[in-house]
Amino acid sequence: MKVLTDNWSIYWHGFVGTLELTVVSAALALLLGVLIASFRVSPVRALRAFGTGWVTILRNTPLTLLFFIVVLGLPRFDIVLPFFTFSVLALGCYTSAFICEVLRSGINTVPPGQGEAARSLGMTFGQTLGLVVLPQAYRSVVAPIGSVLIALAKNSAIAGSFSVVELLGTYRTINELGYGIVWTFVWIAVGYLVITLAISAVFNLLERRTAVSR
Amino acid sequence: MSTAVFPPLIELSGVNKHFGDLHVLQDIDLTVGRGEVVVVIGPSGSGKSTLCRTINRLEPIGSGTIRIDGEPLPTEGKGLAKLRAEVGMVFQSFNLFAHRTVLQNVSLAQVKVRGRGRAEADARSRALLDRVGLASQEDKYPAQLSGGQQQRVAIARALAMDPKALLFDEPTSALDPEMINEVLDVMRGLAQEGMTMVVVTHEMGFARASANRVVFMADGRIVEDRSPEDFFGAPESARARDFLSKILKH
Repeated sequence: MKVLTDNWSIYWHGFVGTLELTVVSAALALLLGVLIASFRVSPVRALRAFGTGWVTILRNTPLTLLFFIVVLGLPRFDIVLPFFTFSVLALGCYTSAFICEVLRSGINTVPPGQGEAARSLGMTFGQTLGLVVLPQAYRSVVAPIGSVLIALAKNSAIAGSFSVVELLGTYRTINELGYGIVWTFVWIAVGYLVITLAISAVFNLLERRTAVSR
Repeated sequence: MSTAVFPPLIELSGVNKHFGDLHVLQDIDLTVGRGEVVVVIGPSGSGKSTLCRTINRLEPIGSGTIRIDGEPLPTEGKGLAKLRAEVGMVFQSFNLFAHRTVLQNVSLAQVKVRGRGRAEADARSRALLDRVGLASQEDKYPAQLSGGQQQRVAIARALAMDPKALLFDEPTSALDPEMINEVLDVMRGLAQEGMTMVVVTHEMGFARASANRVVFMADGRIVEDRSPEDFFGAPESARARDFLSKILKH
């Protein structure tokens, strides 16, 4: 307990850093995920190819490597951003590939007749997807999206190696101050649990709400 | 009856379509006049459903042309969406939007596609639901309705767009026998009012009583295209005679 109380401000900064990384990256991942998923089911071949390429590349690249590419690669094109922004880009794009695939499998659970009915009424592709197909896919994607975002929260630890203040990275400072390594990590783990359990709780709530409206 | 002249509304000429090696539509020429009711019958696998679905391009075609009201069918995008709004479709499996209430099902496209206000759309929807005998069901979800009720909502939903023509793709094939008539009643009413209709069905009674023309398809071709009196009274082709002998027995 002493480790925590003595180093409260270090822990707190790390915790807030991880929380910020998770929330901002999750927002980016969800936004991109919806966009790329709509590309992947669109009637335009070029968009479908782009979506497939995006998912294939990002899902199959180790996240650490992706961080290196963003942090070391983008400055070569004179794109110099704060490390936090770089990290959000890497985490958000990486996670968007997984969100996209979850959404796509959700879209596939909606009977094709629903989309046909929407199109036969004159709805555009965007309207068909947004008004008819995605709302019905929602129920079946809530739980897996929760899992993807929990993975994102834990993956954000990699940003610590790239000069971003986050929870896991706090162990170095605390360790240098001479505190025992085991308890240092126990409190770090508790910090992650708070975030991941909060995500679980939110998604349980969302899931319960859709179950009622059925 | 077959001599009545209808100005053409739907024109298919030289339409071909393949599913892989299967040549499902072979050189289809078909003209449906404004206000005409054309019933398409034929054995399963004859291509009649596919034919119906090509008219609003739910199925793209390989070659040939399809015109609606003189305009060639656009291939994709906004132009196609706009044209589809003019041609209503009623499906075998109803395809009501499962996450929306009955009223919302009928109003949704009026608001989003036709650009009507919510109140105006709902008023129109209620009038149409009343017409198909479902005024009291507007707050229910599709899953709470019987098949026949769902199909009548689907007809109301298609009518709400004020379409130039309605396509029916086996509208009663998924229904219990006792519910078929409530749907056919609505369709008979529409036919009498002069709605242009293309109806793929196995309901020979409807074809006999309400059709201006009967189109008999087999193996991807139109074999006969005649008035119901002529077709049912004296089918010309052996294929049609064989088909009729099988289905009219019971």
